[in-house]
Amino acid sequence: MNASSDVGYHAQRQARWHYGEVAFWLIVLACGFAFPTRYLIMTDILRLALFAMSLDLILGYAGIVSLGHAAFFGVGAYAAGLLALHGIVNEPVLALLVAGLAAMVLGFATSFLVIRGVDLTRLMVTLGIALLLEALAERFSGITGGTDGLQGIEMQPIFGQLPFDMFGKTGFFYSLAVLFVLFLLARRLVHSPFGLSLRAIKNNPLRAAAIGIPVNRRLIAIYTLAAFYAGIAGALFTQTTAIASLDVFAFERSADLMLVLVIGGTGYLYGGLIGAVIFRMLQELFSTITPQYWQFWIGLVLVVIVLIGRQRLHRWVLYVPNLIIRQFAGRKAVVAVPESDA
Amino acid sequence: MTIALETRNLEKQFGGLRVTRDLSLKIEQGARHALIGPNGAGKTTVINQLTGVLRPNSGRILLEGQDITDLAVHKRVLRGLSRTFQINQLYPDLTPLETIGLAVSERLGHGGDWWRQMGTRSDVNGEIADLLTRFHLLDVMNEATVTLPYGKQRLLEIAVAIAAKPRVLLLDEPAAGVPESERHDILAVVGSLPRDVTVLLIEHDMDLVFSFADRISVLVSGGLLTEGPPDQVARDPQVKAVYLGEEAVNV
Repeated sequence: MNASSDVGYHAQRQARWHYGEVAFWLIVLACGFAFPTRYLIMTDILRLALFAMSLDLILGYAGIVSLGHAAFFGVGAYAAGLLALHGIVNEPVLALLVAGLAAMVLGFATSFLVIRGVDLTRLMVTLGIALLLEALAERFSGITGGTDGLQGIEMQPIFGQLPFDMFGKTGFFYSLAVLFVLFLLARRLVHSPFGLSLRAIKNNPLRAAAIGIPVNRRLIAIYTLAAFYAGIAGALFTQTTAIASLDVFAFERSADLMLVLVIGGTGYLYGGLIGAVIFRMLQELFSTITPQYWQFWIGLVLVVIVLIGRQRLHRWVLYVPNLIIRQFAGRKAVVAVPESDA
Repeated sequence: MTIALETRNLEKQFGGLRVTRDLSLKIEQGARHALIGPNGAGKTTVINQLTGVLRPNSGRILLEGQDITDLAVHKRVLRGLSRTFQINQLYPDLTPLETIGLAVSERLGHGGDWWRQMGTRSDVNGEIADLLTRFHLLDVMNEATVTLPYGKQRLLEIAVAIAAKPRVLLLDEPAAGVPESERHDILAVVGSLPRDVTVLLIEHDMDLVFSFADRISVLVSGGLLTEGPPDQVARDPQVKAVYLGEEAVNV
């Protein structure tokens, strides 16, 4: 093998599908058939996973921290709700796209504020935007329904063929299909020169500019795309639950998302998916054991994760999952969220 | 002779401190030009203005006759002005393969390509392989940069700058901090740069300067003290005073 083809081979190493990844998606699909009574929580996990993947794109790849990612989730949620409620776009997939685009427009517009600052500024700006939107949604109750939220949303069948059922089966497979398609797109993107340039910017913006990378333009692009993803996640929320209320913008939603990525890890796309599963499972577990104080236990788990370090936890407790993660990541070590990001 | 890089009356102040004073430099096409001066003379500040990291308070910068004073950093790179850093500026988590691959992709205009995967363009692969071989990085191309020995990182630092195929290359103390045993590799690489690449070398090491440069500018307190061929600069009593003065203090 000559040096050039050797380079090509190694450059594509990470982009290749690993057996572990195929297994992961097969297991997710199998869950849809294995637990027919648990569609609601499983759908909830899928939405959270998509939402977390969106944050991973900007945090794990481009290094943009955000405490206001719910802004885009909320815009997507309300957009989908309004489209369905007023019969503007009745077909769910099309409405999903339109809602995603609405969030994307907001993402593009606010990206200029976000790229200006460093981490702390970004936290404040993103947080501020989400709070602002929440207040606006409350103020313009004529459109949003105020604190009551949007009520009486009736979803039309998908492609006019598949109606949403009361057990949430359609909702689950619909969400899974959306998640998978967007995952494929993200996977393609992160292994492209564009995706690599984001990692370069995260690693060293000074050098990134010094090799000719238009840093700001790349950050704007990925922030806008992440907003689209988050908007889709929000729209899925409305479409599968048939409600949209003010809490789609809530700070807790953005903060939870950060926790999901702290649990799952960033920068390999599966972090958001695995984190979403573990986070919701923990939430379920703790709220069953102690309905009133489950947040205490979640908090404790997070403190433990941060203190011990996820790397070590993975080695000790999550030995087997970590084996799988390594398969997905295709690299030697799982990338952890830097302490400062967490 | 055509002028590759020129500054006209460059001025830079940090607060009340004049770090660059009315600096006018002309660097000829294909030259091996060295910019020397004692510590704190403002050499790196000049580089930072040339590359666009800092904006001068006044004065102009011309690359091959075109005014680039107001261009962003990445646009200057695409115009053919590339640099290395005195302290390595690399991507700790990326491998040499990825680091160089990215620089090559950007130059060839594939940097914004979000659909086609890395490693699927044979022209890009060929160039990466070529650079990795030239800079003795082929055997470590899949290691994370942060784990490489310092000498290898230094080579990568220069390789990245070369990957941008500069017509003007700014080398900011290329051999700084490199152990004696690995110095040879660096010097050989610097010495073997193609002649059509104009090089501006910022250096502390006088042996390296006098073996490499065909023209030397001496910077003192942000202003140009003198300029000329190496032997002339070496004999210059003012330069001797500056350096001997510094030496005397050091002793």
